[in-house]
Amino acid sequence: MLDFAWLILLFPLLGVLINGFIGNRTGRRWVGRVACGAVGLSFLVGVGVFFALLGEEHGHTIPIFSWITVGDFQIEAALLVDQLSTLMTLVVTGVGFLIHVYSIGYMAEDERYARFFTLLNLFVFSMLTLVLADNFLLLYVGWELVGLCSYLLIGFWFERPSAAEAGKKAFLVTRVGDFGFALGVMLIFATFGTLSYAQVFEQAPQTLTTGLATAITLLLFAGAVGKSAQIPLYVWLPDAMEGPTPVSALIHAATMVTAGVYMVARTHALFELAPTSMTLVAVIGAVTAFYAATIALVQNDIKRVLAYSTISQLGYMFLAVGVGAYASGIFHLTTHAFFKALLFLSAGSVMHGLAGELDMRKMGGLKDKMRTTYRTFLAGAAALAGFPLLSGFFSKDEILWRAFNSSIIPSASLRAGLWLIGIVTAFLTAFYAFRAVFLTFWGPSRVDEGVHIHESPRVMTTPLTILAVLAIVGGLIGIPHLSAVEGFLEPVFAHHEAAHASGILEWALMALSAIVAIAAIILAQYMYLVNPGLPGRLSQRYATLYKLLSNKYYVDEIYMAGIVNPLRNLASFLSQTFDAGIIDGAVNGLAAFFGRTGEETRKLQTGYVRNYSLAIVLGAVIVIGYIILK
Amino acid sequence: MIPSSYYLALSAIIFVIAVVGVLVRRNAIVILMCIEMMMGAAGLAFVTFSRYLNSLDGQVVVFLVMAVAAAEVAVGLGIILSIFRHKETTDVDEINLLKW
Repeated sequence: MLDFAWLILLFPLLGVLINGFIGNRTGRRWVGRVACGAVGLSFLVGVGVFFALLGEEHGHTIPIFSWITVGDFQIEAALLVDQLSTLMTLVVTGVGFLIHVYSIGYMAEDERYARFFTLLNLFVFSMLTLVLADNFLLLYVGWELVGLCSYLLIGFWFERPSAAEAGKKAFLVTRVGDFGFALGVMLIFATFGTLSYAQVFEQAPQTLTTGLATAITLLLFAGAVGKSAQIPLYVWLPDAMEGPTPVSALIHAATMVTAGVYMVARTHALFELAPTSMTLVAVIGAVTAFYAATIALVQNDIKRVLAYSTISQLGYMFLAVGVGAYASGIFHLTTHAFFKALLFLSAGSVMHGLAGELDMRKMGGLKDKMRTTYRTFLAGAAALAGFPLLSGFFSKDEILWRAFNSSIIPSASLRAGLWLIGIVTAFLTAFYAFRAVFLTFWGPSRVDEGVHIHESPRVMTTPLTILAVLAIVGGLIGIPHLSAVEGFLEPVFAHHEAAHASGILEWALMALSAIVAIAAIILAQYMYLVNPGLPGRLSQRYATLYKLLSNKYYVDEIYMAGIVNPLRNLASFLSQTFDAGIIDGAVNGLAAFFGRTGEETRKLQTGYVRNYSLAIVLGAVIVIGYIILK
Repeated sequence: MIPSSYYLALSAIIFVIAVVGVLVRRNAIVILMCIEMMMGAAGLAFVTFSRYLNSLDGQVVVFLVMAVAAAEVAVGLGIILSIFRHKETTDVDEINLLKW
């Protein structure tokens, strides 16, 4: 089965080609079938590979072709099929497949149907390339392709200026990080002379000094910060809401943002040689988790709440990989893929039923009118909130425990600080998740008059139901001490700390996070159902804080004033003053000088024979005079 | 015997007259004639030096000059004739199309 792993990449690529070239002629029904079938087949192959890998000790490299050969330097286009990449493949294709199916219903009215599915397939293909790559160059190719697809899909409704802007923003902001990532890859090549994972990781302990390892990992991490929307490059993700909802789900759950976490986990052999980088990863993750959660508290746009929640959850994942708990990070990535895709698709279903309404202040009371959507959204929100025994509970708790107990972070106070931020964030997470539930589905209806509320078609609710089941039971693959995920990933993260300190402390912390989640849910219920006037009064009482949060700490404005506008001014100075004035001025001035000279001197050509003959005579006289007088 | 310098002086005078003629006259045929005169003056100078130096080289050159002059007249008159057919004039000031 492993020898057929290349089929995982082939199917989505075929889907892209078929829908891209003849999709407009085959009709909508076939476009949907081809796109979903491509990803579904990939998933099936992934399942086959998964079973073939059970019990294997090592990953397998599957060469496809020799891409670049220059002397001794070789880049193979090869796939690395090991436990980590297989798990990622399953998440990408599995969740991706459900999102594809959902899109059939969601995009049914759209005129650029074939284009949409072509891009979705390309997105999945890019992400799979990234995940399955066996060297840094192929990883980089996938990395950039993912960025391209996000640009195309976020700006899918490019008639709307805001969508076009958002696509551009996503592309440019992630490019900032990608620049660092590219430099990191170059530094790896300069240091090792090869880009293959196996060789780099093998040589790393001998070759790398701590300083060099720190430089490489920080550069790589810059790419992860951009792609996975961490501070300070997270600003593109909330705006990415401008794309169609399935795209948001795809970006937030299966593809794109998880790339950074995957990359750090994949290159953990390098990161572990650079303790500073590890600490930085953990700290940035924790701070981002908290920071984004505070913003999510006050957003009124349901998709924005989810977007900030994604940033926050990605922060958890980076916290996990930063403290060396790679398996926990990947586990949280998996459960997050389930419940975040579920939440987004449910939100899309709400939008679908409310004729595109996104503002939670204009929802309410939907739970009886959209029963399936309500149940699935509730399942997703409970999983996100870390409600005991649901998927998010296990994965988040695992991360917090690992952060508390990490051997990678030497300072005990820093570990406790990270844990504290994590638990506070867990409280905020549960609060905003249920705030969204209560505002959207409970309480009196605040829906605009004349909106015909209706449940979405089966093609949309079926994927929701499947994802809801996954979000509820998905955590069971990672129960502490029995963790199937950890066991499965062990060959990749072999030297990963196995020591669990005191069992009682662990259970106590787990109970604490369960209490925190439930308390937050009760608080949300009190504030938004029992006493609905309270949030308004609070926001007036703490008006400054409220404004700060609802304006997202004015970060967009700060970036605009501090970075974008100065650069834009510089660009306009360079293009209009320097380029047009000085560069073009020199060229045009020279041309104008010769032009004018010609203009004046051509008057010498009078057309009168006597003038010419006089010139000849004078010339002859001068030449003869020169010869005589010499 | 008349000194060589007299011949040379005559040659120079004829040449200058011819140059002035080319410069000031407007009739193309007269200008052509003046050019012939320059060649004649040059030929006279050649012959004079040939005599003075007791060498036949100069006279050989004169034959060459005469042949060139004949060819030039043929071509020149042909050009003038064809211009005249177009413009009904041989005034070179009228023939000034090739200018800025």
